[in-house]
Amino acid sequence: MSVAILEWSLLAAQVMLGLGMLATAYRMIAGPRAQDRILALDALYVVALLLLITLGIRNNSQVYFELAMLMGLLGFVGTVALAKFLMRGEVIE
Amino acid sequence: MRRLLPHPILACFLLVLWLVLQQSAGFGHILLGSIIAIAVSAAATAVIPDQVIVKRPYKLLVLFAVAGLDVIRSNLAVMSVLFHPRPKPTAGFIEMELTLTNSFALAILACILTATPGSAWLEYDRERSTVLIHVFDVVDEDAWVATVKRRYETLLLEIFE
Amino acid sequence: MIADLPLWLSILVSAFVVLGALLTMAGCFGLVRLKSFYLRIHGPTMGTSMGGGLILLASAIYFTVTRERLVVHELIIFLFVSLTTPVTLMLLARATLFRDRVEGQIDVPRRPEKLAPKD
Repeated sequence: MSVAILEWSLLAAQVMLGLGMLATAYRMIAGPRAQDRILALDALYVVALLLLITLGIRNNSQVYFELAMLMGLLGFVGTVALAKFLMRGEVIE
Repeated sequence: MRRLLPHPILACFLLVLWLVLQQSAGFGHILLGSIIAIAVSAAATAVIPDQVIVKRPYKLLVLFAVAGLDVIRSNLAVMSVLFHPRPKPTAGFIEMELTLTNSFALAILACILTATPGSAWLEYDRERSTVLIHVFDVVDEDAWVATVKRRYETLLLEIFE
Repeated sequence: MIADLPLWLSILVSAFVVLGALLTMAGCFGLVRLKSFYLRIHGPTMGTSMGGGLILLASAIYFTVTRERLVVHELIIFLFVSLTTPVTLMLLARATLFRDRVEGQIDVPRRPEKLAPKD
């Protein structure tokens, strides 16, 4: 019983997160200006991280945690570098 | 002591972070974590030259509790706007004057305001100490400013100044 | 596969996961449906503040119960994401303000004039 509840709610959550990722991907492709695309990229990696966490619960494995943390670290550095580039046209000044 | 441990709060935070990441509190982990924490906090003096003085540490807990409640409330408010068939948020830029000048307090305020979904900190003008904020759903501008001042600024002034 | 939890705990974990995913999805849809950049900037913070917090909390509860010891390292991800997203958003917003002002958009606040030096 409790396994079924967890399984179905995890499925629902994963579908919702997947739809969210599609929405951000749309904004990333269609976004009228560069800052819209970077904002969408920022949202995209966070949602992907959360999707990995739900996968970790579903597969009952803690390996996904390390992946999620790595994703958070690299995503932050990437979007900050891109935002910095928008401001001045140089990544390191 | 000041030379060895210029940022004690940062060092403690790093040590706790290390132990949580290793998922154990064995002697070896504490030793290695302390070495890393001291080295990193000493290296941080290149970035943070002044000492951070927290006058009333327990008030920080009050601050985070207030911020957490605000985050929950504004999340639900923004969600109800977004699930409306035709979302028409009455958004606007607000220019707000701050009495706060300590840069750590300002950084905390900026992070709290941006992390709550309804508001985003855009630009701080150090010369006249005003800040430009974009608010998602603003009903009464003066009331909004008064709320932020009452909830956060007085607390931050008590903590840092 | 998913381990067997007590019924009330599995309901709690399920509720947290579903509510968190719902909030995150609302933020992402806001990214598509809202009209201007300054409005869209409020979308992703829903995923990083409460949406992500609830999902990570559910994960922490689940692994604490199934592994029978305290598992709180989800807290690190939450701290990291909720501390770094404001930084990214502020940088992006300032870059956008700068670019809008350079292009001469009218609906953007002007850059404040420099004060005369005091002496």
